[in-house]
Amino acid sequence: MARMASAQVPLPTCAPSAVSAIPAATAASRHSALVRVTHWITTLCFFALLISGFEIVISHPRFYWGETGNVLTTPLFQLPIPASRSLVQTGYNYMLPDQNGWSRALHFQTAWIAVLTGLLYLICGVFTGHFRKDLLPHKSDLSRHALSTTIASHLRFARPNQAEAWSYNPLQRLSYLFVIFVLLPLIIWTGLAMSPAFVSAFPLTVTLLGGQQSARTIHFFVSLALLLFVLVHVVMICIAGFRSRMRAMITGTITPPKEERP
Amino acid sequence: MTDLSRRKLIISGIAATAGVAGLGVAARLAQKYGLVPPDHGGIYGLGETLTYASQRLLTKHSLAREFRRDQISKRPLANSMAPLNEEFKRLQSAGFADWRLTVDGLVDHPASFSLDQLKSYPQSSQITQLACEEGWSYIAEWIGTPLLHVLDAVGVQPQARYIVYISIDPDWWESIDMADALHPQTFLAYGMNGGGLPVGNGGPLRLRLPRQLGYKSVKFVTHMTVTDNIKKFGKGLGSAEPEAGYSWYAGI
Repeated sequence: MARMASAQVPLPTCAPSAVSAIPAATAASRHSALVRVTHWITTLCFFALLISGFEIVISHPRFYWGETGNVLTTPLFQLPIPASRSLVQTGYNYMLPDQNGWSRALHFQTAWIAVLTGLLYLICGVFTGHFRKDLLPHKSDLSRHALSTTIASHLRFARPNQAEAWSYNPLQRLSYLFVIFVLLPLIIWTGLAMSPAFVSAFPLTVTLLGGQQSARTIHFFVSLALLLFVLVHVVMICIAGFRSRMRAMITGTITPPKEERP
Repeated sequence: MTDLSRRKLIISGIAATAGVAGLGVAARLAQKYGLVPPDHGGIYGLGETLTYASQRLLTKHSLAREFRRDQISKRPLANSMAPLNEEFKRLQSAGFADWRLTVDGLVDHPASFSLDQLKSYPQSSQITQLACEEGWSYIAEWIGTPLLHVLDAVGVQPQARYIVYISIDPDWWESIDMADALHPQTFLAYGMNGGGLPVGNGGPLRLRLPRQLGYKSVKFVTHMTVTDNIKKFGKGLGSAEPEAGYSWYAGI
């Protein structure tokens, strides 16, 4: 069955070097089942963590650097929003509803699901060569000329050419790698660094970051970076063709070229 | 159906069965070794159990971080709290001379301790951080007696599993497992930063549990009960906090 499908689907004819890596399984398949399942679980987790994280932050919308921080110490900065608890003077004469109970429970349970999903993705990704084949940019694409060309086309909001539907472009690869291997490990690390029990066993987790309040502040900024990534990601999908990209990530298959033209 | 997909189906069937059976065995083992928190039911029970079980395995004997004297916060934050009841005010006006800590339950010698009696047990101090679930924190020197000395004195019976501790405001009550109760940094604290423990920080007597969030460090402790069955207390979730949606285990 797999062989028949690959014979029927036309291969892209003008694949530049950036997109030369055709997925290994079959030509019709764009994303493996593992990538699709972990992608959508992670998506759900991200929004659960974002909403619950926001609810937790508004109970004390001040940020500090170092080990400790409270309303008697000078903050690094304070978010200009009302709080859900009375301790912080916000300048607003009302308080937001206090939602810390369920938010904390949802935040930590979702973190578990996200981390376990991420581990599954990492382990399978290494064994199937997903990172090497699909995400590691080709050496030739990292030259100054190649990078400036692709950056320029991104800045023009150019619709990607047909071949890019089959693979990721170098900027995409770099940003995905950055999210997977820098931002996500950092958000887990800074999260664990705020756990008094975890750091009792592994104190370097927090001392390397400069203290528990530093960890909280970094956690906040990394979550903003992840939010920025998700927003850009969604905008890029809309530019590239929302329906075809969504279909590829849901069913795993790619739309034939003709249908994709508006 | 091709041979390949049939084989796939069989393999995933076997894997799913093994997975479910494995989860069942894991649940039995977790129960046996005390890795299941009292608030394991409900939609967030999975997260609560994973956190408690993994941290019990990783941190059973670890010590909370202690800080240098110069890292002590200049002013330990006394956060706002509900007005203290009449009984507290009466005891406070007498300088807490009549403050008692009653210890009962699964103990050989139930007892009621005055503050002076508690101070006759070996005194210890720790410079640790108090972190609130809201996000703020401070570092202070906490002076008191490790709870294990008091538990030794009353003779905790072997079937004990939890220590329930109750504030003078009976709505504020918590419990910890024996690993935390016997931990050397679990204090009955009566002093702070070289002096007495201010009322705003929980004086005259606070249970200090530095490996968990601030709300587990109950202020104004007057009563402790040793039990093997946490279900008998409140709604059976281990403490007052889970009844309001918060974790019983607050090591995060």
